[in-house]
Amino acid sequence: MSAAPTLIQASLRELGAALAAKRVSSVELAQLFLDRIERFNPVLNAFITVDPDKTLAMARAADVRLAAGSKDCGPLTGIPLAHKDIFCTEGWLTTCGSKMLSNFVSPYDAHVVDRLNAAGMVTLGKCNMDEFAMGSSNETSFYGPVKNPWDTGRVPGGSSGGSAAAIAARLAPAATGTDTGGSIRQPAALCGLTGLKPTYGVVSRYGMIAFASSLDQGGPMAKSADDCALLLNAMAGFDSRDSTSLERPVEDYTRDLGKPSQDLRGLRIGLPKEFFGAGMADDVRAAVDAALAEYRRLGATTVEVSLPNSGLSVPAYYVLAPAEASSNLSRFDGVRYGHRAAEYVDLADMYAKSRAEGFGAEVKRRILIGAYVLSHGYYDAYYLQAQKIRRLIANDFTEAFRHCDIIAGPTAPGVAFAFGAKSDDPVQMYLSDIYTISTNLAGLPGMSIPCGFGAGNMPVGLQLIGNYFDEARMLNVAHRYQQATDWHLRMPGGL
Amino acid sequence: MQWEIVIGLETHAQLKTQSKIFSGASTAFGAAPNVQACAVDLALPGVLPVLNKAAVECAIRFGLAVDAQIAPRSVFARKNYFYPDLPKGYQISQFELPVVIGGQLTIQVGQGDKIYEKIVHLTRAHLEEDAGKSLHEDFHGKSGIDLNRAGTPLLEIVTEPDMCSSTEAVAYAKELHARVQWIGICDGNMQEGSFRCDANVSVRRPGGPLGTRREIKNLNSFRFMQQAIDYEVKWQIETLEDGGRIEQATVLFDPDTGETRAMRSKEDAQDYRYFPDPDLLPLAISSDWIARVKAALPELPGEMKQRFETDYLLSPYDAAMLTATRDAAKYFEDCVTFTGLPAVPGPVERGESLPLQGGAMPGVAKTCANWVMGELAARLNKDGKDIAAAPVLPTQIAQIVRRIVDNTISNKIARDIFDALWNGDGDDVDAIIEAKGLKQITDTGAIEAIIDEVLAANQKSVEEFRAGKEKAFNALVGQAMKATKGKANPQQVNDLLRKKLS
Repeated sequence: MSAAPTLIQASLRELGAALAAKRVSSVELAQLFLDRIERFNPVLNAFITVDPDKTLAMARAADVRLAAGSKDCGPLTGIPLAHKDIFCTEGWLTTCGSKMLSNFVSPYDAHVVDRLNAAGMVTLGKCNMDEFAMGSSNETSFYGPVKNPWDTGRVPGGSSGGSAAAIAARLAPAATGTDTGGSIRQPAALCGLTGLKPTYGVVSRYGMIAFASSLDQGGPMAKSADDCALLLNAMAGFDSRDSTSLERPVEDYTRDLGKPSQDLRGLRIGLPKEFFGAGMADDVRAAVDAALAEYRRLGATTVEVSLPNSGLSVPAYYVLAPAEASSNLSRFDGVRYGHRAAEYVDLADMYAKSRAEGFGAEVKRRILIGAYVLSHGYYDAYYLQAQKIRRLIANDFTEAFRHCDIIAGPTAPGVAFAFGAKSDDPVQMYLSDIYTISTNLAGLPGMSIPCGFGAGNMPVGLQLIGNYFDEARMLNVAHRYQQATDWHLRMPGGL
Repeated sequence: MQWEIVIGLETHAQLKTQSKIFSGASTAFGAAPNVQACAVDLALPGVLPVLNKAAVECAIRFGLAVDAQIAPRSVFARKNYFYPDLPKGYQISQFELPVVIGGQLTIQVGQGDKIYEKIVHLTRAHLEEDAGKSLHEDFHGKSGIDLNRAGTPLLEIVTEPDMCSSTEAVAYAKELHARVQWIGICDGNMQEGSFRCDANVSVRRPGGPLGTRREIKNLNSFRFMQQAIDYEVKWQIETLEDGGRIEQATVLFDPDTGETRAMRSKEDAQDYRYFPDPDLLPLAISSDWIARVKAALPELPGEMKQRFETDYLLSPYDAAMLTATRDAAKYFEDCVTFTGLPAVPGPVERGESLPLQGGAMPGVAKTCANWVMGELAARLNKDGKDIAAAPVLPTQIAQIVRRIVDNTISNKIARDIFDALWNGDGDDVDAIIEAKGLKQITDTGAIEAIIDEVLAANQKSVEEFRAGKEKAFNALVGQAMKATKGKANPQQVNDLLRKKLS
């Protein structure tokens, strides 16, 4: 199909227009991406599950809706996307990247999946990820590491690495991701994509397999801010099944994007001095500085702000997230579903063997850390202390936002690293998320947008952090930059 | 040697909500295994709990009914442990900040002259979810899991160590049992496990420091509670007097042997790693909500007992008996209302002993009370029926009482009519009186004629009476009553007979 090169590069709006104009059918579009998955996934390992029959059935249903006319259709009807395998999808294997759930076919759809299905989107498959979303390189997946399409010797980032690699390689126009400490933004940065983590509570967590409940938030990953805004319109909204879901008026996150008047004059961009210290690699600094120069050219001003407690974000996170995870993962016991050891002598042995076999090393490490910090006698020293730090970090942002409208800085300290470079040193790995974690601790929305290339011609991400519920402004700030630059349109060679 | 017994109780009351505490699945008892377990109860990956407002309302009702403080903000916590019938690997409970703080129950202990009142203080009451059930039979060496009960709402009610004997503990448990049913938050069914107690028992020297306690788990009858505590106290005292030490432990009571035995010691005590459940927001209860619940709360037994004593001139004993359950109290009050008569003698009659069947006029309320606590209670007890399901209705008792008060029937005939109603031989009191010719004879002429016959036939008794034997008079009354098949008004018979013999 001659249209193919255009279609794989097309924005969601362009795909929607092509579908509406019947220039392409949903089935043709799905088939185009299924073919690419078939061709490139064996190398990239971005997908755990692909089921063309299911995908094409959904595409046919979307075509029926499209044929019936505009009343039943939205801007996303007929457009394919991939789901991170952390989202429960009815009738599909839902593994969360773990051997523990290697046999789990979900009997229900996650709220996010439900919403995107209702919007008429077509599921291309389930994307690989770090096991239970615990990792920053996709090396902890039971299904093997995902390769970065820009350099298959390097990691795609994590934990939503499969989603990121799939979009970067144009195996899917968009994907869902989840972000507990940077799991949308960091792989988006490492793969040259746009990814958004909403304010905590904007997207329902129902059906999203829990890692750290108070930090987890689902969000869109795509090529551009405009794509992400369209996806967020479908994903966001109150869900009575999630007690932490917020009941707020429905928002159109694309509302400012088309308005020429929404330029950046008067916008104050805060630059936390702690984000521009020694930890950032030179190539990342150069790209970020250039992006900030571009913003100033577009009319924004930059001001230095301070997040004095941000240095404590990684240690606080690695108390709180494992604490919640150790409890959240207790349900995986081999009793009702999931992996159960073949042989065992008694109940305790069944638990021990099933969990020892079903979980990988990083998951076990975090369960142990979490159980430890919640233990009698240690709770006050670790868990409570970390909660206090969390409050301080949130207060830092509140103070910073008194001096600026949006915060910018690097998404990750360096570009994508080689496989094995950090996997033997958990602390080095954890520091990959040093710039993203504080946003989760504060519950704020954050984005990563492509802003250039660093060493080895690997993408660099610029992080934007908005105030609570300021997704629309954040998306507009990203969109203006993407109107002025084309980093987000670059795609890896050889694909 | 003197020993003081110290007992505190923890009670799990299953709340009478339609659905579970954190899911929409039904809480009905007795369904086939696992059909009332939804995705949330099964703890499928990705599911989340949503708090059932009705369960919170039960907790508020309870707090108000025991003079406790309702926490404006309380927190759900996870209690982490592995067990196959605990699907999430943690129980959602409340730990540091419970929904109900403090409170008290006044209990009546003992019987007869030795009865005394005691106040038992509550520490707290908190909301939590029940676990499922492990079924160890019928699975050929494996265990079955039934998750129907998983997620059923419970209120755990914890007392201070205020009780000093098994009798006090049982009295408290019974009072609590009555109270939770009174306010409609628990069905009180102990066989089905809707109300179960754990007893913390220790002994100490009078005035000495508290002894080490052992916790008797899962007492699901008052009799077992009494037996278990008695055994446990005896065992602890013997152990100490033999020079032994009490180790903190959890014990189970075996009804077959009547003994308690240790299940686990403190050394294997689990670390539950409690922490606030991040899936649930803190529970905020506004004063408005509390006020609304309070407005809908029924009159409490203590207030009602007081009112019965004042308004119906009942004795404290009668008032306590009639307010033992809301159903009994309602039945009684319905009886009084349906008579359509003043409940108590008016100012003129009061205390004046209006003549009725040789005794003092007891008042309509007292007559109704006697019927409810006497004839009705006896028959309910005999037939194992609940007062709410009594075949004789308050309207019918009221009709009987009316006919007693207006001298249509005697007490004895009234009991016959009650029997007829109970057995379904008719449902209208007046119709039964009419059909069976049970109407009391009040016609003086007719009674006089009968008395004349009796006097003629019992010359010996007449002579004895005249000789000063008062007993002979009673014999003559008896004969006259017998001759009328009990239908004559006894007071009239008395009066006429005395006139004739004078």
